[in-house]
Amino acid sequence: MSSLSLGHFLSVGAILFAISVVGIFLNRKNLIVLLMAIELMLLAVNMNFVAFSHYLGDLHGQVFVFFILTVAAAESAIGLAILVLLFRNKSSISVEELNTLKG
Amino acid sequence: MDFTTGFFYLFAAVLLFAAFRVVTSRNAVHAVLYLMLSFSQAAALWLLLKAEFLGITLVLVYLGAVMVLFLFVVMMLDINIETLRRGFWHHFPLAAILGLVVAGELIAVLWAGFPTIATNVPAVAPDVSNTGELGKLLYSAYLYPIQVAGFILLVAMIAAIALTLRQRKDSKAINPGDQVHVRARDRLVVVPMAATKPAPVAVPQNAEEGKA
Repeated sequence: MSSLSLGHFLSVGAILFAISVVGIFLNRKNLIVLLMAIELMLLAVNMNFVAFSHYLGDLHGQVFVFFILTVAAAESAIGLAILVLLFRNKSSISVEELNTLKG
Repeated sequence: MDFTTGFFYLFAAVLLFAAFRVVTSRNAVHAVLYLMLSFSQAAALWLLLKAEFLGITLVLVYLGAVMVLFLFVVMMLDINIETLRRGFWHHFPLAAILGLVVAGELIAVLWAGFPTIATNVPAVAPDVSNTGELGKLLYSAYLYPIQVAGFILLVAMIAAIALTLRQRKDSKAINPGDQVHVRARDRLVVVPMAATKPAPVAVPQNAEEGKA
């Protein structure tokens, strides 16, 4: 771990976050790819937490990653349940057809 | 450049390639599989950072459970992908520029903001277990948050079941509460009838034969 610095890992996290922002921008009609892009964003944030935790010698960052993983798992479970319910009612997962609340 | 650095670049390259394929792949099943690849590479990077417990947890929980959930849902839904991807490559140049700007700014800020931490890696004794230290912290200082995390998982489980549970329309199951509360007059009706009946009128035979 001699030539690797904190910046390397933070850069990987930043590029990962940018890729998922682009994914949300491009796939804004496809709800399931949106969920996957959110998972990637959370992964990027977790990468930063683990990198800081290692380079600062502080274990509390890893505990926080643990809680983020918990919330991400709950979020994806509920999101996929809503997705299944949506597909059952509308036979489509396109975000553009979710306009029944439009005034 | 030592082995660790080489592995870092290998894992990071595969991770970023897989993440790119997640957001651009045409087939949703391929996207989920690439997402699994990117999570496994992230777990490897966390192992390089000596976060063994979190790396193994990521593999077990995410690749083992959450991604299988994603795969189930993707394979269960019959998605017409072409209508969802209309205008994808039309918006791609703008999105790529946006992504480059976001990544460039983040990297610039992070490289400029944390230049001195690079050599400040604390020496960890070889007999210190990452999992053990994390467990001590979780069950002492973070005891109340971990209860809340467990409660969040319980709420998520109940919500997912309650959202997707539905009564089958062709099911012949009977509610036991309704069975217990039934009374005799719901089931048995005493019909008042005369004790004797008049003799039946003889039916003409030729009408029956005409039908046959």
